[in-house]
Amino acid sequence: MSGGTSLENANPVIFERSGERLLTATDEDEDVHDPIDDREIFDILFLTSINDPEHPLSLEELNVVEQVRVKVNDAESTVGIEFTPTIPHCSMATLIGLSIKVKLLRSLPDRFKIDVHITPGSHASEEAVNKQLADKERVAAALENSSLLEVVNQCLTTRGI
Amino acid sequence: MMAADSTLLLSLVEEFVSGLQDSKAKDTATGVKDGKFTVLQLVEALGPSLTSSQSHTRARGVQLLSEVLQECYGILTETEVEVLIAFYENRLKDHYVITPAVLQGLGALTKCTVLPPGSAVSMLRSLFQDVHVQSLMLTERACVYKMLIDLTATREAELKGLGADFVFGFVQSMDGERDPRNLLLAFQIAKNIVLRGYDLGKFAEELFEVTSCYFPIDFSPPPNDPHGITKEELIQMLRDVLTGTPRFAEFLLPLIIEKLDSDVPSSKLDSLQTLTAAVSQYEHKDLAEFLEGLWASLRREVFQTASEKIESAGLAALTALTSCLSRSVLNSDSEDSLSTFLDLVLKDCKHHLSEPDLKLVWPSAKLLQAACSASDRASHIITAAVMPSLIEQYNSRAQCSHRRTLLEVVQRFILSVKTCRSSDNEESVLLAFRPSLCSMVFSALTETNASLQITANSVLTSLAQQRGLLLDSDIELAVDHLTRLVLTEDDAEVSLAVVECAGALAALHPEAFITKLIPRLKKEMFSEPMDHDNERAVSERRSHHAVRQRCLSALAAVSTQPSVVQESTPVLLEVLSSAHTGSVGFSVEEVVLACRSLQRIAEQVQDTEETGRCFHDIIIPRLLSLALQAALQGEGSPGRRSPLVEEAVLSAMVPVISTSCSRLQPTLAGQTASRAVSLFLHGDVSFLPDNSFPSHIQLLKKQQGDSWSQSQMVCLLMGCVCSLPRSVEVPQIEELLSELEEMSCACSHPLSYTSAAKCFAGLVNKRPQGDSLDSQIQSSVKRVCRELDSASASVRTQAFTFMIWVAKALLLRYHPLFTTLTDKLFSLLDNADLGPMAADGFTLLMSDSSDILNRGCHADIRIMYRQRFFSENSDKLVRGFNAAPQEKKPNYLKALSNIVNTLPKQVQVTELPKLLSLLLEALSCPDQGVQLSTLSCLQPVIMDPPPVLVQQLEALVSRLLALTSSPAMNVRITSLRCIHAVSRFPEHEVLPFRARVLRALARPLDDRKRLVRSEAVKARGQWFLLGSPGGS
Repeated sequence: MSGGTSLENANPVIFERSGERLLTATDEDEDVHDPIDDREIFDILFLTSINDPEHPLSLEELNVVEQVRVKVNDAESTVGIEFTPTIPHCSMATLIGLSIKVKLLRSLPDRFKIDVHITPGSHASEEAVNKQLADKERVAAALENSSLLEVVNQCLTTRGI
Repeated sequence: MMAADSTLLLSLVEEFVSGLQDSKAKDTATGVKDGKFTVLQLVEALGPSLTSSQSHTRARGVQLLSEVLQECYGILTETEVEVLIAFYENRLKDHYVITPAVLQGLGALTKCTVLPPGSAVSMLRSLFQDVHVQSLMLTERACVYKMLIDLTATREAELKGLGADFVFGFVQSMDGERDPRNLLLAFQIAKNIVLRGYDLGKFAEELFEVTSCYFPIDFSPPPNDPHGITKEELIQMLRDVLTGTPRFAEFLLPLIIEKLDSDVPSSKLDSLQTLTAAVSQYEHKDLAEFLEGLWASLRREVFQTASEKIESAGLAALTALTSCLSRSVLNSDSEDSLSTFLDLVLKDCKHHLSEPDLKLVWPSAKLLQAACSASDRASHIITAAVMPSLIEQYNSRAQCSHRRTLLEVVQRFILSVKTCRSSDNEESVLLAFRPSLCSMVFSALTETNASLQITANSVLTSLAQQRGLLLDSDIELAVDHLTRLVLTEDDAEVSLAVVECAGALAALHPEAFITKLIPRLKKEMFSEPMDHDNERAVSERRSHHAVRQRCLSALAAVSTQPSVVQESTPVLLEVLSSAHTGSVGFSVEEVVLACRSLQRIAEQVQDTEETGRCFHDIIIPRLLSLALQAALQGEGSPGRRSPLVEEAVLSAMVPVISTSCSRLQPTLAGQTASRAVSLFLHGDVSFLPDNSFPSHIQLLKKQQGDSWSQSQMVCLLMGCVCSLPRSVEVPQIEELLSELEEMSCACSHPLSYTSAAKCFAGLVNKRPQGDSLDSQIQSSVKRVCRELDSASASVRTQAFTFMIWVAKALLLRYHPLFTTLTDKLFSLLDNADLGPMAADGFTLLMSDSSDILNRGCHADIRIMYRQRFFSENSDKLVRGFNAAPQEKKPNYLKALSNIVNTLPKQVQVTELPKLLSLLLEALSCPDQGVQLSTLSCLQPVIMDPPPVLVQQLEALVSRLLALTSSPAMNVRITSLRCIHAVSRFPEHEVLPFRARVLRALARPLDDRKRLVRSEAVKARGQWFLLGSPGGS
């Protein structure tokens, strides 16, 4: 972050990271089928960490996505995620939503139907953002736009490499 | 001069000047050196050229003289030098084409030891007056700089007499220099000027300007730069100049403030590091007017930075700044600049500490701690200002995460206070806060929140490490808390933290642990849960087991001081004996843990006579005695079997014995070894406690029937005799070796024959070179070869085990007889029955073994024995593979990948080209073991791919993709990791594979195992970024 520019929200609230999922014996058992669960989706979003475009912090530390707001149904192949922008006027809301959606599109089998939307009541233009994120064609078009794709990819670049 | 010489000289001059033959300069110089003609005669011979009206002829003439001088400056007399200098000074005014040759000559003359007084000054005056350095070519400029470097080194006093004119002359000469090679020279001169105290006069600012205009250095050397100049060299050299004198402070500090505003991370970093270096020379008056500006910049860098490097450089600069202010002596009338500055820091940071859930709490804490660690005074001021409010907040906040953050902040203050304390007779800065800090920690220890408890444990550790801070009553209270937590805390991470904390405290305050913790833990461990059959009893037993487990590891952790060891080890031994007699019910697992605790104590305790006696005279005899009692009992007695005959327990006893013998008191270890040998060879039980053993014990002889309870005790013998320092001799070794060989070939119990083989190998590895060793090996090899052809499968396996351990012992020490065994081993790869075992044997051969033949056991291990084995045998392996029938090929591939796997990465990379096709073949070998071990040896190579691997990309990628649907999940996981790593190959090479890889990776995204899916997600995410905007 450069010295001169000032941030939209310079001192955000930080939340604790939940730590890595503990490995259980069944995880290493060849014969057990592990279903895709909420925590796994949550980890896809954080262990590979989507970064907030403004802060070098993960979305988890900023509490933009909590595990309780991730709902997955492996049998019916659906995923639903609610995310909460740090401030109600956050101009990055669409971008964060788009990054989450793209990350899941790349990381889940294509049988899944993915629904990403803003936690009700947490953003000024909630409806408009939700509508954009739900519109397949608009998402596809957004990803054709190379400068937008560039920002999304930067959000998805793994930390520490 | 002879007439012939004079003609020769004239012709040399003629050929050089008019004939333009450069080589003649060398010949002339040789003539001068050999005394055929003098420099004066050369000047005379040059006369016509030097006075020619053609400037090029004059240049040629001077050049010849200069080149000769460069060779011969050592033999000149003072008068000659004086004349020559006058000549050259005069020539500086001549035509510009002559100047290079003149400078070359002057450069040679500055190296003369007989340089007359005053000539250095006059040379420089003429140089600065008549030559515009920056109009010269690169090499001439370098020549000027080198002259200056030589003169500043040898004629310092004279040059200082030139006063500020010298500085001014230098400033003019280097002003505008652009070449990094010359800059390094120029910076060197500037550094000499600044550090050796030349008078800068009114030119300080000019000297600063002419050097600081390169700050911060931005230079990237061209690829394959032959001059090898690095950015770091330039940075360091320039930093030495800029930070060399406080006179630059008024110019440097504003410059740093300005450059910190830059967007380029490397210039921020350079600025911060330069600041840190500079203030170490400064006093507070140099800093005074810039403090506010510097603080504002430092604060901004730490508050907003995205880079840890910049953050820590900023913090280091703040520490340096604060310690500079702390050093300054106060006048009675001047203000205290340290407290003024710290007020500034506190004003901007302190209030963030009361918002423990916001982002800035950490940067603020770090800044305060950086200032705090600078000096005693600083830490007094800062802790007095922040501690009360931190403690107050901790008590008033209810949310655990807030309290934890506050506790962590407090801990870092405690640590930062510690770093600045040098004298230990002073009172601790934290003394005033002792009661409230203690009550804060103790209250946190009673919380239910795990992370709060963990933090409290590390705070307690850091408080205890503050010398003279805690009272005895505090320590006792702490031990009470720790004991309670050991006994009751179920959470694995918390109890780990508790045990660690107990270990750290016990090292400092052993008494409290001896009187309080150890007796309490003992009581709990030896109490038995009620024996009911209902479900509650089951869960009670389980929790009782967990309590015992924690007690055992706590006992090990606190035993670092000899006085504690004296108290804790008897408790552990009592666990073993009660388990053996059955007086208290301990499970096998608990007995194993008790052994582990003994092992850990042997590893960590100080090696003193007292602890040595404890292990060699008490613990080891007791272990052997208990094991022997159990072994004798195990025979034929129906009903309850002692846990001490279990393989797990014996294997856990081995490292207790071997660690003691390898690191505690060599003399006592030797005694232990000879006692053990006479016990095993002759049944001598005299040194064992509870001596009620029968007289006919023969531990190494073949037992009646299938009895193995005595023969397996050979592993304890191995622990003892194989870990001794090489200076300690093992008695009766010949007899011992032949008994061991016999046992390993004749006894069919796996633990017994393997341990006997290992014991044999451990001894052979350390035996001195010589005929007796050679004949011993030869006879053993002969026997092995015979038994390998035996009809019985079990005898063949035993013989193979013996052979592979002996082979390892010989390989490690480069024994020449090793090759016989290698050849045998390679031939076994074709053996239908032993082939797979031989292939696996290479892993044992090449990897470190944990119990014997390692450096801890003082084994004779030559460096790079693996590389040597590989380079001597890889061809054999490749030939064998090509010749082998199809169904035997997997054995070779497995052997190969086992060997390559253990090689250091550099060797793998250099050896890879000739083996690559074989390894790729191994990837498509159906054996999963081969696939896995090949993948794991390819993985590090793929991380940093050599060109030859890139050429085989197609084969590599398609084989890796095929393996992602292997039935074995480890193969799927490792192949996905490899595919992930392939994405970091040069982009233009892998981009053509992107679509194919992404398609293929869609399938593992839906794998049945989560661990596989998570690797697939990572790999696929990375491949998506390839070639995509913003991706890399």
